Amino acid sequence: MAARTEQDVVRSELRWSIVVGLTVGAISLAILWAGLVRFINPPSNIETIDPNSVHLSAEFNEANLGTRVENGQVVTRVVATQFSFAPQCVVVPANRQVTLRFTSPDVIHGILVTGTNVNTMVVPGYVAQVHSVFRKTGDLLMPCHEYCGLGHSQMWATVRVVPEDDFKPDADGRALCEKP
Amino acid sequence: MRSLDRLTLAHLWLSFAAFAIACVFGLWQMLARSPWPAPFFTPSNYFLSVTAHGSIMAYVLPTFFIMGFGYFTAERALDRRLPLRRLAWAGFGIGIFGVAMAVATILSGRASVLYTFYPPLTGSVWFYIGLVLVVAASWIWCAIMIVAMRDWKRANPGAPVPLAMFATVANAIMWLWTTAGVGTELVFQIIPAALGWTDSVDVGLSRTLFSWTLHAIVYFWLFPAYIAFYTMAPKAAGGRLYSDTMGRVSFVLFLLYSLPVGMHHLFMDPEHSTGFKFLQMTLTVLVTVPTLFTIFTISASMEIAGRLRGGKGLFGWIGALPWERPMVLATGLAFFMLWFGGGGGLINMSYGMNAMVHNTSWVTAHFHLIFGGTVVIMYFAIAYEIWPHVAGSPANSPARQRLQLWLWAIGMMVMTIPWHWLGLLGQWRRVAQFDYTNPLIAQWGPWVLVSVFGGALLLASALLFVWNLAQAHRRPASAVDAFSFARALHEHDRAPRVLNGFGVWNVLVAVLMLAAYGFPIAQFLIDDRPAALVHRTSGRAP
Ligand code: HEM
Ligand SMILES: [Cu+2]
Ligand SMILES: [Cu+2]
Repeated sequence: MAARTEQDVVRSELRWSIVVGLTVGAISLAILWAGLVRFINPPSNIETIDPNSVHLSAEFNEANLGTRVENGQVVTRVVATQFSFAPQCVVVPANRQVTLRFTSPDVIHGILVTGTNVNTMVVPGYVAQVHSVFRKTGDLLMPCHEYCGLGHSQMWATVRVVPEDDFKPDADGRALCEKP
Repeated sequence: MRSLDRLTLAHLWLSFAAFAIACVFGLWQMLARSPWPAPFFTPSNYFLSVTAHGSIMAYVLPTFFIMGFGYFTAERALDRRLPLRRLAWAGFGIGIFGVAMAVATILSGRASVLYTFYPPLTGSVWFYIGLVLVVAASWIWCAIMIVAMRDWKRANPGAPVPLAMFATVANAIMWLWTTAGVGTELVFQIIPAALGWTDSVDVGLSRTLFSWTLHAIVYFWLFPAYIAFYTMAPKAAGGRLYSDTMGRVSFVLFLLYSLPVGMHHLFMDPEHSTGFKFLQMTLTVLVTVPTLFTIFTISASMEIAGRLRGGKGLFGWIGALPWERPMVLATGLAFFMLWFGGGGGLINMSYGMNAMVHNTSWVTAHFHLIFGGTVVIMYFAIAYEIWPHVAGSPANSPARQRLQLWLWAIGMMVMTIPWHWLGLLGQWRRVAQFDYTNPLIAQWGPWVLVSVFGGALLLASALLFVWNLAQAHRRPASAVDAFSFARALHEHDRAPRVLNGFGVWNVLVAVLMLAAYGFPIAQFLIDDRPAALVHRTSGRAP
């Protein structure tokens, strides 16, 4: 690089600044594309719930947990608590949009479903909601991925993805995991 | 000069001793997570260990290194005695007391909350108070750096503050802003809860305050590496810094853009809306700018050195560099790791792609590579470079120093490449033990074992590092040339005022922080968010 005079230095810096500007622009576009065009949506619903009475709430009481078809929509509700999930297994149909809703009555947890883009923090006081479409059938792991106490490592559940035809909710619209 | 040497020496030894011990914990954790058995394994020992390892690596190693290096820089770059030296020693005393308090509490098993705290989980209050003391010690350092620069400017009106000191003060100011978040969280939320004064915590608020600190703290750790890139590596290579102005611009940009971006750690959180997540993501993209500037300026500086040494052609200058010098070698290895780490970082910061990797091993691997790799290898190189001036005689032979640096870089690649891959396979972080009888998990086994091997190389390198430094104390003091930082290709006797101080930049930081964090924090105070009951890890009352 010729850098005999100050002008040379400044000129090369300006050229490089343009390269940097273009790179940063391209990165921003790629991120926007991934976020907006592809089906990816982090939980940003800001829905609050009293963590001390989760089990008494209309939505997250025990009889309403797991998967349920409501107005044609598949909704799965799970409570994450030290150190297990309720329920420990949820069933969902393949190739249909599923809405997953989580909350915690005690400390911070988080979940991911292996091999999918389902990932959210579960923060006491809030309902975390994500949507996904599961393409492959079979059992997937759904571990708690945020440290929540000494039993954290044992805290995981199963997401059972079944072919659409085998997904048979009962008269109430509920679908449960069958014993493996 | 001797007493200053002792001040820096005390800080660096505290930093490195804690680091070496934490590496032992690290390797043990690796073993625990692998298909192989680990001695003394219990889940509570695991989380005790991760709390110790994480707290030392994140709070002790970098903080005391930066303080020690800062005192050194203030005296050598400004070429005058350090002001307030007594206060500096008092700060060190407070700091070491805080470290002892925090570490003892962790080892007693009553603070296994990990270095990120995450209330409503709470541990013993002594852990938090110990860390607050460490932060208080670092604030004393910040004040001394600011005073040192101010005194020098008074004595040299209009002259440009030497780049190394300018950058150090930029870091001190950034750190004052940075610690406001976690400091507020500790003092107003966590410590009252740990003491039993309050029985619930607004978790959304606490996560938001912590995120205020969480990104900028990474740049606090990174600054010394960049200071070495700009003001030490070009000289070690036998050349000059291509552009002093570019350095100033980069350091100012770090100050500006490290802070209003912390919410990218909360992309997967339910307590914030899409709007602010997007805003902070956009600002995050701008953080790449100073790093790209740095890559350019340092490559150009190295090219000058290579050509001066007879390097020809487009890439011939690279081979002509004096790679046998530890500072040059470390810079090369750091850049190499930065390529991989930077690429990974782009994925993390993408709004959507983050869902693929959030809280998986990918993240742990990423920060080991970029912080443990790129940054810490420069800490090693800086220590070797300044050791003759600090300890009175040089560290072990350059050959041993090079061996140690190579071991670190290779170990880091061997450990983190499979670790990244495991994250993509869905391995989640912060787990004491995996059930390798599960077929899904069994396929991870071989990759985890490769990581364990990488971790063993790292531990060997860490011990060799400490050994190399210790050798200096076994030799009589030797005469060394005066220390100096790299000079710029074109030197000026004036600098534009905005690039010679921080007044304007502080105002801009305040504006950016208000825009980025004003509403996200205020929302918790405006509407009543449900609070969560405090949970003690120890199960005991405070
Ligand atoms: C001998 C070298 C090292 C080994 C073998 C090692 C290994 C590990 C392991 C196994 C974990 C736990 C991961 C988990 O449970 O998900 C961990 C966590 C961590 N390590 Fe290291 N590490 C080493 C060096 C370093 C260095 C040099 C740094 C930084 C300077 C560092 C910073 C951290 C931090 C901040 C955590 C986070 C703990 C948490 O998730 O709460 N480590 N390390
Ligand atoms: Cu957990
Ligand atoms: Cu960050």
